[in-house]
Amino acid sequence: MADLVSHRDEVKVVSRRFGQGATDIERYVALDGYKATQKALTIGGDAIINEVKASNLRGRGGAGFPAGMKWSFVPKQSPKPKYVLCNGDESEPGTCKDRLIFEHDPHSVIEGVIIAGIAVGSHQGYIYLRGEYRYLIEIMEKAVADAYARGFLGKNIFGSGYDFECAVQTGAGAYEVGEESALMESLEGKRGIPRIRPPFPAVVGLYGGPTVINNAETLANVPHIILGGGEWYAGLGTPKNGGTRLFCLSGSVNKPGVYELPMGYNLHKMIDEVAGGIWNGRKLKAVQPGGSSVPVLTADEVDVAMDFDSVMKAGSMLGSGGVVIIDDSTCMVKYALRVMKFYQHESCGWCIPCREGTDWLKKTLIRFHSGGGVRRDIDNIQYLSENMLGRTFCPLGDAAAMPTISIVKKFREEFEDHLDGKPCPFEDHGTIERLPVLAAYDHRTADPWTHPH
Amino acid sequence: MKFSDQLEKRFADLVTHYPIKRSALVPMLLYAQDEVGCVSDEVVHEIATRLELTDLEVRNVVSYYSMLHTRPIGRYNIQVCTNISCMLRGAEKVFDHIRQRLGIGHKQDTPDGLFHLEEVECIGACCWGPAMQVNYDFHENLTQEKVDQVLETLKSNG
Amino acid sequence: MADVNITVDGRKITAPAGTLLIEACKSAGIEVPFFCYYPGLSLQGACRMCLVEIAKMPKLQTACTTVIQEGMVVTTTSDTVHQARKAMLEFVLQNHPLDCPVCDAGGECELQDMTFSYGASESKLIDFKNHKDEEQWSPVVFFDRPRCILCYRCVRVCNEGMDVAALGIQNRGSLSLIVPNHQDYLECEECGMCIDICPVGALTSGAYRYKTRPWEMNHVGTVCLHCADGCKTTLGVRRQGSGNQIVRGDNRDKSGTNGDFLCIKGRYAFDFVEHPERLKQPLVRKNGTLSPSSWEEALGLVARRFREARDNNGGASIGVIGSNRTTNEDNYLLQKFARLVLHTNNIDHHRTADYPAFVNALFGHANATASMREVLSAPALLLIGNDPTYQHPLLAWQIRTNVRLHGARLYVVNSWPIKLTRQANQFLRIPEGAEGKAAAFLAGDDSAAEALVTDKTTREKLVSFREKLQGEQKLVIILGSELRGPELARLVRAAAPAGAKFICLGDYANSRGAADMGLYPDLLPGYLPLSEVARFGEQWQSLPQEPGMDLQAMVSAGKERKLRALYVVGSNPIARYDIDPFALAETFVVVQDLFLTETANIAEVVLPAACAYEKSGSFTNTCGDLQLLRKAGDCEGVKPDFEIIVRLAELMGFEIAHLVPMGAGGMRADFGESRGVQSGEADRQAIWNWRQSYEPRVSPFHPFAVLEEIQRLVPGYGVRRLELLAGNDVHTATAGLAPGRTEADRSLLPSHDNLFTSGTLGRYCDVLNGVMETRLRLPNEKKGIAAD
Repeated sequence: MADLVSHRDEVKVVSRRFGQGATDIERYVALDGYKATQKALTIGGDAIINEVKASNLRGRGGAGFPAGMKWSFVPKQSPKPKYVLCNGDESEPGTCKDRLIFEHDPHSVIEGVIIAGIAVGSHQGYIYLRGEYRYLIEIMEKAVADAYARGFLGKNIFGSGYDFECAVQTGAGAYEVGEESALMESLEGKRGIPRIRPPFPAVVGLYGGPTVINNAETLANVPHIILGGGEWYAGLGTPKNGGTRLFCLSGSVNKPGVYELPMGYNLHKMIDEVAGGIWNGRKLKAVQPGGSSVPVLTADEVDVAMDFDSVMKAGSMLGSGGVVIIDDSTCMVKYALRVMKFYQHESCGWCIPCREGTDWLKKTLIRFHSGGGVRRDIDNIQYLSENMLGRTFCPLGDAAAMPTISIVKKFREEFEDHLDGKPCPFEDHGTIERLPVLAAYDHRTADPWTHPH
Repeated sequence: MKFSDQLEKRFADLVTHYPIKRSALVPMLLYAQDEVGCVSDEVVHEIATRLELTDLEVRNVVSYYSMLHTRPIGRYNIQVCTNISCMLRGAEKVFDHIRQRLGIGHKQDTPDGLFHLEEVECIGACCWGPAMQVNYDFHENLTQEKVDQVLETLKSNG
Repeated sequence: MADVNITVDGRKITAPAGTLLIEACKSAGIEVPFFCYYPGLSLQGACRMCLVEIAKMPKLQTACTTVIQEGMVVTTTSDTVHQARKAMLEFVLQNHPLDCPVCDAGGECELQDMTFSYGASESKLIDFKNHKDEEQWSPVVFFDRPRCILCYRCVRVCNEGMDVAALGIQNRGSLSLIVPNHQDYLECEECGMCIDICPVGALTSGAYRYKTRPWEMNHVGTVCLHCADGCKTTLGVRRQGSGNQIVRGDNRDKSGTNGDFLCIKGRYAFDFVEHPERLKQPLVRKNGTLSPSSWEEALGLVARRFREARDNNGGASIGVIGSNRTTNEDNYLLQKFARLVLHTNNIDHHRTADYPAFVNALFGHANATASMREVLSAPALLLIGNDPTYQHPLLAWQIRTNVRLHGARLYVVNSWPIKLTRQANQFLRIPEGAEGKAAAFLAGDDSAAEALVTDKTTREKLVSFREKLQGEQKLVIILGSELRGPELARLVRAAAPAGAKFICLGDYANSRGAADMGLYPDLLPGYLPLSEVARFGEQWQSLPQEPGMDLQAMVSAGKERKLRALYVVGSNPIARYDIDPFALAETFVVVQDLFLTETANIAEVVLPAACAYEKSGSFTNTCGDLQLLRKAGDCEGVKPDFEIIVRLAELMGFEIAHLVPMGAGGMRADFGESRGVQSGEADRQAIWNWRQSYEPRVSPFHPFAVLEEIQRLVPGYGVRRLELLAGNDVHTATAGLAPGRTEADRSLLPSHDNLFTSGTLGRYCDVLNGVMETRLRLPNEKKGIAAD
């Protein structure tokens, strides 16, 4: 069970019931639970979508796509059943917010799924959780069973005549399945390879039916929007960036934790005040403001409002809400290597640039960090990353390329400090190489082809 | 091949969730692994038969997901996250410490079959790093002392 | 569909709505490179080679997944696009071993070609390459992961094209690899499609690997000599000794009816030509044992004994058995030899389909037979009997592809849930042996329903099946050899007036040709009755008017010592019909074949013949599609059947010009066509003739000498000669032009061959015998000796 933190600047919407015992359905109902669903049933689909549009709720998974607009793409009439998917395959390094929602407020997700279903005329929802979150799957399964028992799910929910079924699905270890079409493949019992688009999921998604897929936090916000009104929610944030957001402040800070702050909250303040500043009396070196997939911001670039548009303007992305704070004792070459190693491990292998690019970059960065680098490696790291950027089958290639390019550009001198066989200036040179996964693909000691996992 | 009654019940329940049988594949594999210890050839064949798939189709899926393994491993799967957030807070030292203490490396098992050690990617404990999972249980804000305590408890539980 | 206008590199292109950008570019001659794209297979977007710039799109787009839209402006030549292509090649070469000098694909590798056209001139790689040792999955298929670029063509062709699904994708990321269905080996149809479709050297064939370099071969597109479907196979030949050696069979030439398809037989089962037991010298029985002899001695002896039998006992004392594997020209010449030189109608062959009844049923219906190409385009198909997946692999491919790509409706009537039922809209399961009743029911005879109703097949199902069929326009009806005589005719007569077209399934490469060329004791070429002999010319007037003996009757006559001589060409009746060898103890048996078959074993003289890969001529497939064979390999010591027959006739004192028409001016020059492709100047002239579609002028030993006569005299064979010479398949219209025969063919005997057997020849194909699937019982397989 993860620890909860709090800060005076927090505006609690989606985290309102955290620590309140809301896993218990009675308690949840007592805390205004399922009122939004009942309201949604009375106001109907178009009104729901209008309310969500008015709220300026943008996707909390990372891309920040306006949720109301996404829902409005679903055709009204469809020969095939429509589906609502909750993406709880939270795997972006630096991100651990959905976990708290599932743990503390499971019914808010279920409500979000039902309301999205009513909005688009779907009668079946699936809540997909990453396999590692086994204890949350148990919580969610119980919550779903409780909701069925109370008639909040199933046939004729709340006596409205509307049927809605919902089931919880577990993953089994794959970052790529967090990509929406890959998640559908996984839910269909296949390898998590993304699909060609168009057609987009809103038109042809799960089982070929029109599908709404949203991040768990996005959906958990929906009941609050329905109850409080879109305008109220929009007003909590900045223009076009409605509401609040769960920010996961992690890394080299004194008070890491998940904090719900309004959209547009200043990043500098977030690090210094909310997270209690850099730990061990060290200085800030860099931040990844939106999980491991986004370009790093240097210490000079952190005076930025944390909303999708402002962070984009500052040269990075708001991403998943995982704010990874890096202090000045960290070797940025090693950091880049660790990020690349992750993407190399998680690449589905479908397309050439991502499969080969991440593999090549990982090998190069390992060699480079351990003192085997040559000057042209630095340009080559950038060259390879830029060649992946925008050319891969899905955004995973971009996610691997963007931080790497930004690190090479902004911390080039650190790369140069590793040249000519010089030991890594930041640490005992051997540490990272002793870590086996970080060590190169090693066919002498194991047969990774046969037993990759 | 027969699974425990509890698991059979779960499987029977699972297939009612979807319009196509195959959708139950990934959960079935994971739950079967939890019970059998790994996704053995026998498990592959059994699940393939139940879902009307070929063994090949099932193996292709098994090999895609990193939590599924085809060989038996130690009873306690120590999965140490060393991804960025944990790394910044000393995950490598935690991993190194466990490795020295258990005398095994990445993806290796202790001779008594009790422990399996793995370095894993982000497990969603970024704000509470360094963190690890022992089987499905999270252990967070790790220090060497805390790790020792966890290992001792596991050892005494056998 | 409406046309859409787009602009590519400043050029206006118009293409039908729904066209993929990559195809639209191709149609305008603009090259967009690709690996994973393959027409007819599902889209992948995986290789990223076809990235192009599309105006108003922020990122480069894959041309293979983009459907053209009105007004789309595309750039394929910008620096960004070139850089993207170069980058993809740099990426894909990262782990590639660059072992081109020893790679089978070297010289015909798409990765090499792409790198040459678009790649970087230097490698940026310093780090090591991931390695995995090569694997052997079957005697036919080898896999080398490091060379694999993961385009998934093999997986898709196996899955979507073949419906075998024996290949999968394992692991993820850079550890992804193609795997066979049984972890470390393959169990499949061993068709080799995966190898052929592989753009690089990742999948290589056991039959070819490390034998030669692609540029050392010449490529000869000819017709497969195994089953009756008539696939075009490209034989790679290499000079060896005094002639050409066949080293490879593949599907390089996609101009045949088979398009992308070849089965294991078409691709690999040419190895019998070099089998150590191949006959390379005439054999003459001396002191009870067959001993090596010279051609002069052997032919002289045969000619003398044939003449003696004819002159002393009459032509009726001589029998001739023709072949399902020799060319139309050989067969035509053989029956002409029997009828004109030996003065006998005692000519027959191993019959595998009731073509005379088929012809009879279609009498008067023009254009009522379907070609193999039409199977790919027909909106609806009815298959009665047979199991094409194993017996007619190309037909099965055509059906599957038609269903998959064009949504054709397939109706299957069978006593077994054959594999093609997976593609079927409707499957009618009937009791074994009830195909005739089913045909009668479908033709409108309600009383036949009685025999068809089972617990699986209700009367309602029967009626609704028939109703659905009756609603189909342009139906192609495929008849298995279970249907014969009046049963076959009834359905044909009922469906033909509604515009249905038909295919009658025979079993061997030229079974249809053998029938068409008149290897029947009661029918002349083109199924004409003996009374129409005048049509064939003056010399034929001397032909006996009575039908001759069929094969069974000849054997009986042998037992009664009335058959003085028997000339067996490319056939093995002793094994095929399980004939007591002593029945022919008093008969002078001459066998002309490739191997010492059971029949050859009892012969007095055995003449070693060339196989169909070693000569030119023509084959007619089971649908009636006529195609030219081109000479690929050479076998020292053997002679083509055609030449042997001509020589025998000459030695018997027959005027050759009457047997082989030599044109108005007599014999013309031989341009070397009969000798193969590497005999020097003359052959270049022949090749030039081929390219220009001019008719080569020929020697009396060349089959074209009678092709002319066949075209002139055999009903239905008057097809466009230029098409034929250009290497195209031309549909004949034999059926419907002659009365044929009404009664069911009592001596019809299916071959029972499957994917891994091929009559006598199959026994000498190490590849077919080497794959383990040969030993696995296949569905609907009936036991029987592989012969003929």
